[in-house]
Amino acid sequence: MTAPVSPTPSSPPPAPGADTRRRPLRALSALPRGGTATVALILLLIFVVIATQNPSFFEGPPLMGFGKKAAPLVILAVGQYLVIVSGEFDLSVGSLVGAQVVVAARLIDGDEAMTWPVLALMVAFGLLVGLVNGLVTTLLRVPSIITTLGTMLILFGAVRFWTGGAPTGALSEAFRVPGRNGIENVPFLHQIPWALLIAAAVVVAGVLVMRSPYGRTLMATGDNDTAAAFSGVRVWSVRTLAFMASSLLATLAAVLIGGYAGVTAQVGQGLEFTAITAVVLGGVVLGGGRGTVLAAALGALTVEALFTLFNQLYLPSTIQPAAQGLIIIAAVAYASRRGGLRLPGRPQRRPDHPTGHTLGSSRR
Amino acid sequence: MRVPPALLAGAAGLALVLSACTTDTPDDGTAEGAGLTPDGEWFDQEEFDAQLAQREITPEGDPEQPWLQAIEPEWTDTGEFASDDPGEATVCFSNASVSNPWRVTGFITMEQQVEALQEEGRIGEFRVSDAADDDNQQISDIQAFVDAGDCDAIIVSPSTTATLTPAVETACESGVPVIVFDRGVNTDCMVTFIHPIGGYAYGADAAEFLVDELEPGSTVLALRILPGVDVLEHRWAAAQTIFDDSELEVLGFEFTGGDGAQIKDLVSQHLQRGSVDGIWMDAGDGAVAGLEAFEDAGQPYPVIAGEDELSFLRKWDEEDITAIAPVYSNFQWRTPVLAASMILAGEEVPSEWILPQEPIREDELPDYLERNADMPSLHYAKFGGEDLPGFPEAWTDR
Repeated sequence: MTAPVSPTPSSPPPAPGADTRRRPLRALSALPRGGTATVALILLLIFVVIATQNPSFFEGPPLMGFGKKAAPLVILAVGQYLVIVSGEFDLSVGSLVGAQVVVAARLIDGDEAMTWPVLALMVAFGLLVGLVNGLVTTLLRVPSIITTLGTMLILFGAVRFWTGGAPTGALSEAFRVPGRNGIENVPFLHQIPWALLIAAAVVVAGVLVMRSPYGRTLMATGDNDTAAAFSGVRVWSVRTLAFMASSLLATLAAVLIGGYAGVTAQVGQGLEFTAITAVVLGGVVLGGGRGTVLAAALGALTVEALFTLFNQLYLPSTIQPAAQGLIIIAAVAYASRRGGLRLPGRPQRRPDHPTGHTLGSSRR
Repeated sequence: MRVPPALLAGAAGLALVLSACTTDTPDDGTAEGAGLTPDGEWFDQEEFDAQLAQREITPEGDPEQPWLQAIEPEWTDTGEFASDDPGEATVCFSNASVSNPWRVTGFITMEQQVEALQEEGRIGEFRVSDAADDDNQQISDIQAFVDAGDCDAIIVSPSTTATLTPAVETACESGVPVIVFDRGVNTDCMVTFIHPIGGYAYGADAAEFLVDELEPGSTVLALRILPGVDVLEHRWAAAQTIFDDSELEVLGFEFTGGDGAQIKDLVSQHLQRGSVDGIWMDAGDGAVAGLEAFEDAGQPYPVIAGEDELSFLRKWDEEDITAIAPVYSNFQWRTPVLAASMILAGEEVPSEWILPQEPIREDELPDYLERNADMPSLHYAKFGGEDLPGFPEAWTDR
């Protein structure tokens, strides 16, 4: 952020005499524009503060450790992004993560041979939960905040009922590999966690999906579902697919979280709000139709970095929920203010939403 | 309009950096939450001394049945509650919750004990209400038992101390014998209050072990579940007192919510900043996740005080760790129903029934592992149900 950026071909030629003093300002002026640039800057800022607290944080292994811990949240944020951008919420992901880990532990019960069958079952269960969320929301017209709140409570209660209140069983070693291990003996980094690679792959896949015709339809649905419907979009199937993707990604996150730390009774609690915080912080406007996958993923890293920072400042971890609440309110207030100011600035936003050539390229 | 928000953000960032710098003043241990003076609200010197002394007292009763042992009991006469036909008497139990593995294990033991007593004709019907950790729910549960009028004894495991006191008093006034166990209430109207020695003894067992096993100057990290719960606060207050008298350096304490991922992350972060030689925990949930953080960081295991949860005991055994398992005697869940049957038979019971509370040390570890070989990992070794009819299926097939 501090190093002056050399002008890229796309940026307008700097006015004579104004270049040296305005470069740092340009970085700052990206801040209020929202979206990816803002959240990237906030993330950078938090990293700088962390570095002042703990210089060894950037020495490789600690950074990889951070990546390993943050990976599940990044994956959840991508899933939550898909649902939010389509104009809905998914509150069920935290409970789903908890349910999946507890169910997996009970069914595997330490038996390596059960790993793959149980993984397949988890995927099926995740897709089913997403399908139910999607169909109830779109066909029965229950607001998604209610639908997924219901799913959240049902999953929470059902798992408690099934296990008698506390999880039993154990995960197999093979199940724990993606969340716990990685490519070993890498110079400098020591270990590249599988979780980090998986999260990166999910983000790339998310970006590709949003560039595909489906992604455009999803975005259009979130922006104005009536208009989308009139232009021939089957809104219910588009949204249902988003819910299924969210639940599927929550299942993947469950595999990583279970792998990271094993089974405890509290696994997954409150994750839905952390994921929403991440997406909101990434500047994805609640209500849909705006924002990028990358910003949501950066939002997840930012939330995780902020918690790391709290910890390094020896703030009690009990303030995390309060901080999350503040972030959600502040980010939305900020975004809506930005929204109000958006109209005059619209011509400048145009390049972010190219209509002509990218549409063509996506059809290939 | 674009500049002010940018300035705002800049200022916020600056404030963050500055605040970070101010907390960075060197070695101000107390500012970092590692203060070793117990909070007055949670520390009672007299009770602390009493509990530490109770650990040394040999309890009355058969050592093979620790759930019937009592430390310095004062026997109280219950003749007025004697039932003509205990086999037909209804025992009602208002449970705070089964929201953690410790309570689940205990409740299974209790149900098995009830079955045994019912077969012997010592109690009749057993009714349970579960308040799911909700004080208001539990108050109305107790009221419902009183209003129904057909309970011949009421057992209460209170959710919180102060809030449940009036409800327990109401139950006492209805004239049936009331038995309180686990957490206490601020009244002595019940016939008997059953509990292990207590939180101070637990915290002290763990802290004393660390002080004995670690070299002076070693670093200790404390992992706590939640603030504000009396049994947990007492454990920490006792540890603070003992660490304060020692040469150990307490790095700080962290609230983990008992969540494995949180514990692993917090421990990993401390390991990045320096060595951690010892871990003190206010409850053993997630102890294994904490140990895994050492494995993943490639560091030697710490000296650790966990709990008698089997996942921890097994890890301790497999990796040959220097450890202790303080115990909040899970077998106490048998005692209230046994007390109910004694009261219905008109037998004397201790007015305050203090059960023994012995930590599991290295020499007893193989024994407890063998006894619990078939048990799931979130089971508590000192559950004390080996002689009950449903053993072991009732605990293994949850």
